[in-house]
Amino acid sequence: MSFLELNKVTKIYPNGTKAVHETSMNVENGEFMVFVGPSGCGKSTLLRMIAGLEDITEGYINLDGILINKVDPSDRDVAMVFQNYALYPHMNVYNNLAYGLKNRGISKEDIEKKVNEAAKLLQISEYLQRKPSMLSGGQRQRVAMGRAIVRNPKIFLFDEPLSNLDAKLRIQMRLEIKKLQQKVGVTSIFVTHDQVEAMTLADRLAVINNGLIEQLGTPIEIYNNPKSMFVAGFIGSPQMNFLEGELINKTLTSEGFEINNVTSDFNGPVILGIRPEHMSQTDKGLINLSVDLVEQLGSDNLIYGEIKNKKDFCFRCPGSQIIKKGSKLSLNINDNNYYVFDKSNGNRVN
Amino acid sequence: MKIKFSQILAHIVLILGVLLMVIPIWLSFASSTHDTVTILKEGMQFGLGDQLTRNYNEVLNEKGGWSEEVTAAKMFINSFIMALGIATLKVIISAMSAYALVYFRFKFAVPIFWLIFITLLVPLEVRIFPSYKIVSDLGLTNSYTGLVLPLVASATATFFFRQFYKTIPDELLESAKLDGANSWRFFIDFLVPLSKTMIAAMFIFMFVYGYSQYLWPLIMTTSEEYWTVVMGMKIIFTESYEGVALPRTAERFAYIILSMIPPVLVVVFLQKWFIKGLIQTEK
Ligand SMILES: Nc1ncnc2c1ncn2[C@@H]1O[C@H](COP(=O)(O)OP(=O)(O)O)[C@@H](O)[C@H]1O
Ligand SMILES: [Mg+2]
Repeated sequence: MSFLELNKVTKIYPNGTKAVHETSMNVENGEFMVFVGPSGCGKSTLLRMIAGLEDITEGYINLDGILINKVDPSDRDVAMVFQNYALYPHMNVYNNLAYGLKNRGISKEDIEKKVNEAAKLLQISEYLQRKPSMLSGGQRQRVAMGRAIVRNPKIFLFDEPLSNLDAKLRIQMRLEIKKLQQKVGVTSIFVTHDQVEAMTLADRLAVINNGLIEQLGTPIEIYNNPKSMFVAGFIGSPQMNFLEGELINKTLTSEGFEINNVTSDFNGPVILGIRPEHMSQTDKGLINLSVDLVEQLGSDNLIYGEIKNKKDFCFRCPGSQIIKKGSKLSLNINDNNYYVFDKSNGNRVN
Repeated sequence: MKIKFSQILAHIVLILGVLLMVIPIWLSFASSTHDTVTILKEGMQFGLGDQLTRNYNEVLNEKGGWSEEVTAAKMFINSFIMALGIATLKVIISAMSAYALVYFRFKFAVPIFWLIFITLLVPLEVRIFPSYKIVSDLGLTNSYTGLVLPLVASATATFFFRQFYKTIPDELLESAKLDGANSWRFFIDFLVPLSKTMIAAMFIFMFVYGYSQYLWPLIMTTSEEYWTVVMGMKIIFTESYEGVALPRTAERFAYIILSMIPPVLVVVFLQKWFIKGLIQTEK
């Protein structure tokens, strides 16, 4: 039995919005699970059902072997970090951390010990006497984390906790969260709409779309082997290129080129997906790209251009390669790294 | 430093405002140090007289009323108890009912709120006879309970608390819940400290409201033991002069000055809180 089990969990809000559809999944003890998906896809709703902040319309949730559908949030022993941190504005940092422990009837000395330990771990020891309003964004973030850690809960829930930070701090905190989770070893679920965050943090990743889990797996599995056009487009940056095409008898015809021996029995209109990083320049390549725009990132160049009817086709090459606007490139797909999707429903067919 | 014209103007307006507030009080105080004859002959006095100790002694110690039993001091105490009771209970009841209205999403919470709100249109003066009937049926005439109880429900305070609670982000409640706080703890540990300023303000308003009640104590009390300050103002310190009751003006001024002290103390005391709350505003 897994540590956390969701069994056909469904959420329908009182106003009729169906936010989560029959979702089933397992999270193992100590695992770092990330829910990723576009805004409004139901990530937060799913997380809040685990926390007990939303009723479960249908289905079951088991945590540590206990059915928690009807367990009060205060008795679930879960901790949550909110997007706006939800620090207690009238309490200083020490009391913010201590509050949950006090409610559990822990002795004063133990509370002090635990709070000081957590504060040290998060490097907020100097601020213990300050009110949250006197802290910077990053420090508040740490306090919010500290409040979760200090209670040593069964599971950490994070709802987009980094989205209020500036870009640099976000990357730094991302790293710290990952390190902290590995150190503390608490099972965690992290919700984000940012696929880079998802990829970097997750042991396993659930890509959610319209209240459904489209794919569940390790980040690299999902990157290498997306099951649908949605997942393929959502994971990976810059985004995968999608080209219209037709697959007949294992031969795929698309914007001015053909691919033979496609490993698929599908016949009909398809979408061909190629990641910008899965191509390289050759003499007589498959794809002819006329360059419109070059983005130099230093380590890499992102080349945008046109192939036949498709605009803004992206190709990624090492930053050392100098490519001028207006030039024509000839590209091949590396190692048959392309994806074919059924145009009618977006499912992967190769 | 250059002083701007607008600043001077602002100060002039403020000074005028201060004078407008202070002069009547000073007049009353100055007059309370003269004897009644002087005031009756020459009107209110700007300068200090020599009757201060005599007048104030008399006010505090003289027994008045029909049975010559109640003293001004007793009336101050009565009013203080009444105002304290009204203000305290009003604040507690309003804060709690607003809490129920905002956080317990029971059916009809909104209609119930408006029902409470509508009672603003029915102040005590309008429902004074039914209120009297109920209180006397309960046997509460001539008691502090009877003085306080009919006045403790407050739509105004409920409204203000409700509006304030609505500005508190939901995440705070959710976070507290996950930290193991039940509804009661959330109220005590979060809403009460967060609304400190509001509580202080409401308490001040409601105290002054309770202290200045006139009609209700007048109807409610037959025993002089429960007389209040505002009632007393009319009744005591009259002197029978050839069968006509004449006011003893000097003593009355002293009485007025003394009667201001309890509410002023409350304001001064709570203002510290009030301002502290304002300075430490939390985001
Ligand atoms: N309290 C609510 N009442 C009704 N609909 C809601 C409520 N909260 C969220 N929704 C709807 O449920 C869907 C999923 O929301 P949410 O879980 O917040 O998405 P995400 O966190 O992935 O952005 C959205 O369509 C949203 O409009
Ligand atoms: Mg969300």
